[in-house]
Amino acid sequence: MESLIFFLEDAAPLLVLGLVNGAFYALLSLGLAVIFGMLNVINFTHGAQFMMGAFVAWMLLSWAGIGYWGALILAPLIVGAVGVLIEKTMISRLYKLDHLYGLLLTFGCALVIEGLFRNNFGVSGLPYAVPAELRGGIDLGFMFLPTYRGWVVLMAVVMCLLTWYVIEKTKVGSYLRAATERPQLVQAFGVNVPRMMTLTYGAGVALAAFAGVLAAPIYSVRPDMGASFIITVFAVVVIGGMGSIMGSIVTGFMLGFVQGVTELIYPPFAQTVVFFIMAIVLLTRPAGLFGRA
Amino acid sequence: MAGETIASAAIRPDTDIQGFFGFSRPQAIAFLVLVAVVAVSPFLLYPVFLMKILCFALFACAFNLLIGYVGLLSFGHAAYFGMGAYIAGYTAKAWGFPPEVSILLGGAVGAALGLPFGWLAIRRAGIYFAMITLALAQMVYFFCLQAPFTGGEDGIQAIPRGTLLGIFDLSSDMAMYWLTAFVFLAGFLLIHRIVHSPFGQVLKAIRDNEPRAISLGYRVENYKLVAFVLSAGLAGIAGGTKALVFNIATLTDVHWSMSGEVVLMSLVGGLGTVFGPVVGAAVIITMQNYLAEFGAWVLVIQGAIFIACVLAFRRGVLGEIAHALKVKL
Repeated sequence: MESLIFFLEDAAPLLVLGLVNGAFYALLSLGLAVIFGMLNVINFTHGAQFMMGAFVAWMLLSWAGIGYWGALILAPLIVGAVGVLIEKTMISRLYKLDHLYGLLLTFGCALVIEGLFRNNFGVSGLPYAVPAELRGGIDLGFMFLPTYRGWVVLMAVVMCLLTWYVIEKTKVGSYLRAATERPQLVQAFGVNVPRMMTLTYGAGVALAAFAGVLAAPIYSVRPDMGASFIITVFAVVVIGGMGSIMGSIVTGFMLGFVQGVTELIYPPFAQTVVFFIMAIVLLTRPAGLFGRA
Repeated sequence: MAGETIASAAIRPDTDIQGFFGFSRPQAIAFLVLVAVVAVSPFLLYPVFLMKILCFALFACAFNLLIGYVGLLSFGHAAYFGMGAYIAGYTAKAWGFPPEVSILLGGAVGAALGLPFGWLAIRRAGIYFAMITLALAQMVYFFCLQAPFTGGEDGIQAIPRGTLLGIFDLSSDMAMYWLTAFVFLAGFLLIHRIVHSPFGQVLKAIRDNEPRAISLGYRVENYKLVAFVLSAGLAGIAGGTKALVFNIATLTDVHWSMSGEVVLMSLVGGLGTVFGPVVGAAVIITMQNYLAEFGAWVLVIQGAIFIACVLAFRRGVLGEIAHALKVKL
């Protein structure tokens, strides 16, 4: 018993860190899945939009004096609006072409956005303080939980469940699912499918920006914070398969947790464990854990 | 998947395999022009700059072998290029291997890495294939970041160019240029030969209609895998040559942005064209050369070119020229 408590004291912070990472994987892969489901486009700009969320939060604070709570609502709206603009002007022209063009286009957008931010803010990170209400931590007996980390995991769970609820249980969601299966038919019923696609993209992007705001106080706010993150999220998406909303949420949290466990057992392996799992999943279930072949 | 595919954006290959080395007449002319340019340019331009173009041209041609002729978009080719650079650099510096052996070893390791990666990635197609190759390449990046032989953040520096076959000293840029030109032209002709062999015809059949190729009794996985390994091996050779030219192999060579760059080069030149990747490499390297002082603007401009190519210019430079002249290049 004694040794178990000692073990938990060592292990718990790493596992919490894993869960925090998992929260971001879940939010980002969920956004990717929502966009892919509707638009058939893999949004390579997702990482850049995650980064923009963090930067907009920083700008709101430094330039307009709007704090964390305002940013949590405003930043997703602003970045989502930029996303709507990108979809309207560029992505919407590609729907009739090979899906790979969507990948290439959004990759180009990611380079432009990252380059612009690098020009204006350099490559070193900008600090963003944890809001006063969420400082400190809670003593759980076997470990000390920093409040903000707990908050991030909680918010991610809430946001994921909310998205799942909207898509699976509401009327808007049923339109969305119908348009995913048969866009022409839904359009014939008088639903404005192109506008729905635009708004879906905007919503997916807003989700990424929301994750960015959540991440701002944990990671330093820097132009390349999204780029390497998004590649891991791609692996998460391959592991989960993009067939189900719940699937991407569960896979995201699970892999973050596995990463935390790996950090505990063999740290050098932690960054690559997700890719190894991807390889194993490809060997055994090529369509992904929750995917349909 | 309706409408225009990546492969159909390029000019459809016709079936006339005739003339010299499988080149059609316009291609033969283009090839002679290419050889002439390669032969004359070092007397007019800075050889190191030209060698960089040649290395990347070979890299882009290797990448194009997959996307242009099998219809698979790899977003992780930096892994094979970078690994080729590290292996060639390490064997040349630490073990004192001669350049020809180092470069070939770089290619061999690139191919050896391509075997398991290709085997995994060809289980999926399209977007998934791109994401899987990207993720696997990121794994290689983290490996190179931690492995002792790569020198971590510093990379392998001061790689000696050595003496080719024990006869030709490569320390002068001109000598190195001729080796690079030879490697490039040999690789280029090899790819051309592969594409126009019976094997290459099956690859194109798979690209154009995979279910039909399967129903004809071809084991498409094997064909795809061999094409992947060849492509990875040639990328490794390109990387190894680059390491000797610049005496350096670093994390930049295995970074995902390098994978993006080779996609951009092929896209600009014309996906699925024979000479397009060469033109694309020349355009992008020249642009980087002139914009080097503007820092992150290079990233912005590269992104903008990506966007412009996808939206308005899907055939690429050479694809457009070929389309206007109604030939295939």
